[in-house]
Amino acid sequence: MALNRRNRKASRLGDAVFSRLSLVASLAIIFILVNILVILIMQAWPTLSEFGASFLWTSDWNTMTDEYGALPAIYGTVVSSLLAILIAVPVSFGAAVFLTEIAPLWLRSTASFIIEMLAAIPSIIIGMWGVFVLVPIVRDPIQKWLGNAFGWMPIFQGNQLGFGFLAAGIMLALMIIPIITSMSRDVLRAVPQSQREAMLALGATRWETISKAVLPFGRSGLVSAVILGLGRALGETMVVAMVIGNVYSIRFSLFSPGSTIPSKIAGEFGETLPGTLQMSSLLGLALILFAITLIVNIIARLLVWRMSAVKMGRL
Amino acid sequence: MLGALTLIIRKGFNFMMVSLCVLGAVLAMTLVCMMLGYILVHGITFFNLDFITNEAAFPIGTPGGGMRNEIIGTAIIVSLGTLIAVPVGLFAGIFLSEFASPTVASSVRFAADILSGVPSIVVGIFAYAIIVRPMHSFSAISAAVALAIIMLPVVARTTEESMRLVPGSLREAALALGITRWRSVLSVVIPGAMTGIVTGVILGMARIAGETAPLLFTAFGSNFSFESLSEPIAALPLQIYRYAMSPYQDWLQQAWAGAFLLAMMVLVVSLAVRFISRKRGS
Repeated sequence: MALNRRNRKASRLGDAVFSRLSLVASLAIIFILVNILVILIMQAWPTLSEFGASFLWTSDWNTMTDEYGALPAIYGTVVSSLLAILIAVPVSFGAAVFLTEIAPLWLRSTASFIIEMLAAIPSIIIGMWGVFVLVPIVRDPIQKWLGNAFGWMPIFQGNQLGFGFLAAGIMLALMIIPIITSMSRDVLRAVPQSQREAMLALGATRWETISKAVLPFGRSGLVSAVILGLGRALGETMVVAMVIGNVYSIRFSLFSPGSTIPSKIAGEFGETLPGTLQMSSLLGLALILFAITLIVNIIARLLVWRMSAVKMGRL
Repeated sequence: MLGALTLIIRKGFNFMMVSLCVLGAVLAMTLVCMMLGYILVHGITFFNLDFITNEAAFPIGTPGGGMRNEIIGTAIIVSLGTLIAVPVGLFAGIFLSEFASPTVASSVRFAADILSGVPSIVVGIFAYAIIVRPMHSFSAISAAVALAIIMLPVVARTTEESMRLVPGSLREAALALGITRWRSVLSVVIPGAMTGIVTGVILGMARIAGETAPLLFTAFGSNFSFESLSEPIAALPLQIYRYAMSPYQDWLQQAWAGAFLLAMMVLVVSLAVRFISRKRGS
């Protein structure tokens, strides 16, 4: 009897310890996330107090006069990521539709496997491929052709170097295609079969079924897939640092070299002395990047959650 | 007559759009195969035993150089990162699946999802600020911490998801036999979810093994063999980056050999994981 009671006591203690441990581990995740924000703000504080909000819209980066502005990096980040989205979305949606609606059953899992493998390849390797294979292709024929055919547009003017926004956008598109494809595939797969059948029974063609019944049903899921892809593109470092050309200025031509927030940090951080305003400004850049990706990711996750809530009938 | 015409137009449009979708998929798959193919074919010509067993050769151009130090360095920081991330991630997954109330669980899950979306270079800067700066030295340990933070949400979410797949009846059966919850988690739920958990850990390890950006300001790289965890350490992705951007033909070839090694690792891991999950599915 006494033994039994001791046993029960011990087991209750075991339960308490175990559930506390698991709670602490979970809180660690939240703690890390909050801490990243706090540390970045603390480290970027000298720059924030020196330049204030004007750090966001000035474009100097001068270590002699100690004046720093984030605009060229923000511009480069936004331009290269939007370009990536522009290229990646049609391809990814097409591929996702193919994988769920068109491909024969035996092909579906193999084809998704191949596309998703791209997401697993380390970005440094993709970057090497970009430098040695894609950049020459971008220079000639892509830039040559665009320059000849659309040279009257400001975005297709300037030296055809290969390295620059265009190459960065294409490389980023490559990197986010597997992410957007696999998420949209999951979204489309979750569309009830009855939606398709109803449409087909009305005499719709396959594309009419897809465009009028399947895609609208998964709309918020598809949007969140794109936003998640955007989040990934915004923060990608190595690939962009290798192909964008790393010039810190704002130029409107897609042919010209530029910088993004991650590429600026990656290129300069190692040569910067701790405690300087320059270091603090790099951390300010990191803070801006963190804030942007945070917002983008929160929007995407909320959309996903809303969608699964709709699916489960809670909304 | 008009009806027949619209039908032809609709069918033609249908054919065009379906073809475009097929084109998208074919394009994506071709690009993957081209890229992997190029890296493997190009890399294997420079890959040999010396690459794994030798240190970098000096001066540049001496044949027989390799990346032994970098391979060992990567192995060390990846193992260390895994050692940090797995216990925390495992317990977080257990919490999410077994102990948490729905509201608490969803906020933790939300945080985990957001953490996995934080750019890896920001994580690297975080590790720099909390470890490298106070210790006044780039170090293996700071790199391991950065990689662990990247791996943590992956482990937590895959653990949770595979534990949820274990039927509730098994837990109830265990509890009905009079054992406590933590015993039932340890000896019933976790063994049932083991394949999924291991898969998640392996995928996480494969991911952090190729991470470069967070190592720039933590591991920093080193030309020497491993000495201590509190000193800069050589890492494969860092060296590939350095060599790939260098003007020397020899270094470039070494970079391709390194890329081959990393790509093979990813390929093997992906195929193995696919094989395991298929076996489980059937």
